[in-house]
This record gives sequence, C-alpha cells and structure tokens, in this order.
Amino acid sequence: MEKLTYRFQGGSRALPQQAELVGVVGSGNLEVLIESGPLGGDCAIEVNTAALGFGATWEAVMRDFHERWQLSDARIAINDMGATPAVVSLRLDQAVETMLGGLR
Amino acid sequence: MSSYLELTARERLALLFDAGSFEEFLPPKARVISPHLAQLDAPVAFDDGVAVGRARLDGQAVFAAAQEGGFMGGAVGEVHGAKLVGLLKRAVAEKAAAVVLLLESGGVRLHEANAGLVAVSEVMRAVLDARNAGVPVIALIGGANGCFGGMGIVARCTNAVIMSEEARLAMSGPEVIETAAGVEEFDSRDRALVWRTTGGKHRYLLGDCQELVADSVPAFRAAVLATLARLRTQETALTLAALEAEQTMLAQRLERFGGLEEPMQIWTALGIAEPRSLPLLEAGPFVEQVAAYRIGAN
Repeated sequence: MEKLTYRFQGGSRALPQQAELVGVVGSGNLEVLIESGPLGGDCAIEVNTAALGFGATWEAVMRDFHERWQLSDARIAINDMGATPAVVSLRLDQAVETMLGGLR
Repeated sequence: MSSYLELTARERLALLFDAGSFEEFLPPKARVISPHLAQLDAPVAFDDGVAVGRARLDGQAVFAAAQEGGFMGGAVGEVHGAKLVGLLKRAVAEKAAAVVLLLESGGVRLHEANAGLVAVSEVMRAVLDARNAGVPVIALIGGANGCFGGMGIVARCTNAVIMSEEARLAMSGPEVIETAAGVEEFDSRDRALVWRTTGGKHRYLLGDCQELVADSVPAFRAAVLATLARLRTQETALTLAALEAEQTMLAQRLERFGGLEEPMQIWTALGIAEPRSLPLLEAGPFVEQVAAYRIGAN
C-alpha cells in the first residue's frame, strides 16, 4: 500500500455537514469519503492505494479536481484498489455532487 | 424497475426501506476498519464491507444490515462480524420489530483467519439470541456474490430467507467443490448447473428459502412486508420441535434425493411435469407453477 497526501489552498466552496461515502473498494474501483471540517479553508486529501508508484498521476488528478470544485474546509479520504485516473475523477465528482445534494 | 443485483449495499438500504429512514450506526466517517488487513498491507474499507443501522419499513421500526459484495466478496472479518453482532444485540435491547439482513458474502474473510471464523459463529449465536428474545430475523439474498460459507449458515439460522432467481445460497462455493472433489463431481464453469444447484429457484423448491421474488427492489420490499406479517402468527424463537421437524425434513430429503445426480431429477421427483421449463420462467409464473410441489410449503 502507498499513502499519499495532498493539501490545496484558496478554495471557496463550502460543504454541508453530513459526510458522504461513494464507491466501493473493489478491483479497479475506489471509495471516497468526503467530510467538511475546520482546515483553515484548505482541501485535504489522503489516498491509500494498492497501486504503487503512481504519485505523479495522483497529484495531477487531485490538482484537476481542486481546480474544478474549489472546495474549502473539505477533508477527503480515499481507499483505492487500482482505479484508473478517469474512474478516480468520476468518483470524486460523484462524492461532491452527492454531498451538494445532486446525483446519488 | 431497479435491479437489486446491480445495486451497492448502501443503495439497497436507501431504496428498500422508507425513503430517508436509514440511520447508520458506526458510519464510514467513524473509520472503524479492519486491523488485520492493514497488517497484510491490503486495502481497507471505512465500513469494513457492511453498513448497519435502523430504518423504517412501512413505518415499522426495524434494524438492518447490508453486506457489500464489491469489497472482498462481502467476506466477514472481525470488525464486519462485530458490527452484525452489535446490531442484533441492539435490536433486542431496543425491541425492534425485526432485523432485516441484506446478505451478500463468500463467508469468512480468510485473511483474518480465526478472528473471522469466530466472528461468523458469533453472528450465528446473535441471530438465535435475537429470535429467542422475540425479534424475528429475515435474510434477503439477491447479490451477484450469493451467500456462501458461514453466512449461508447464518441465513438458514434466520426466521425466513427471501431470494431472487439470480441469488445463490450454499455452504461451499462451486469452485471449492470442484477443487476438492473433481470436475466430474461438479463443473463450476457450467453456469446453468451452478444456478440449478445453488440458485433461488432450487432453494425455493427444496424449502431452503420461503419466498422467491423477481430481481427488483420493490419485489424484495413487498416480500419482506408479507414475511413480517406471516411471522407474527408464528413462534419467533427456534424451538426444539422446529429443530426436530427440520431434521426430519432433511433426512427425508436425503432419502428421496440422495441417489440423484442433478437438480432437474429432483424437480421431476417432486412431481413437476416439465422440469426443463423451470429455469426459463419468470419469478411470478414459476412460483405459481411449483408452489404446490415445493418442500416445506408454509
């Protein structure tokens, strides 16, 4: 397993209090737990992945995610079993949309 | 129509019970994860593969659990099992109208060895304790992973089992039987044979499940409501008389069918005129056609 952490600043979109979980930890899939919390306005992401050595790809996917959503005071935790970058992006969007009361 | 089979455990809970009524105990944000998987450097899930909590079903206060087949095949580890046990104990303490278990599991999570085995046996004891305290337990089986191993036993410890045709219920899985006894004994790649042997229709005919429903959430919901109403007229606890009746039924089953080689021969022996037509029937017409012939009709 490899643990990767990211922290992004400058977001402005606040989240509701209710935490949400989307996705399942299965082969080629991942779960995303998203919560709001006092992080000085930052968005903190922790990834635990079974696929070793893809830190640069994860960082690019996470940076894109933050640019899309600009979350503030958001804590995101990911358990991953080798999902592709596209699947990771879709799950992250699903997590935010679920939290904001969109698609479930 | 929403397929029960295709849904995740959490989606099933959200759709099966009254809208918005499911309230989870130990939700993912509590991060109660498996201590064993991390030691093995294996991925964990924040809910350890099972969601437990309380919900309402047509207004009735019930307790519910749903195993997630997508995480390690729904296998039961120490935490996963402890969540089920805790749920059943709390259901007794709070006098729930029923406990509804949405089972989907390959059985014990072998990675956790004895801790997993102990966990499953504790779940069995908790199911029987709940029944003894007057809380009926209902098992729903309709996921792609079926219900096998220790969880297959747990299912048969409940008051009633509800299955879809796509569901499977057995002790050893097809691959395990083939590995242990040879392909001549059981060809695990013969999917039609696997479903004829372990699938919902055969379990319904043999009396191992009490309801066979279509693969849809409304069908499962309607069956749970009907089963709850039916169970109110029956003893909830597992009695000695019920155990002895079950033993007699199993002995008769073995005597009647022990020499047969394939489920279709059993269906013929049950008196069904055209057994070959059974696998192709939808759930409704199937039940209509076989209800009079099945074992343990009640």
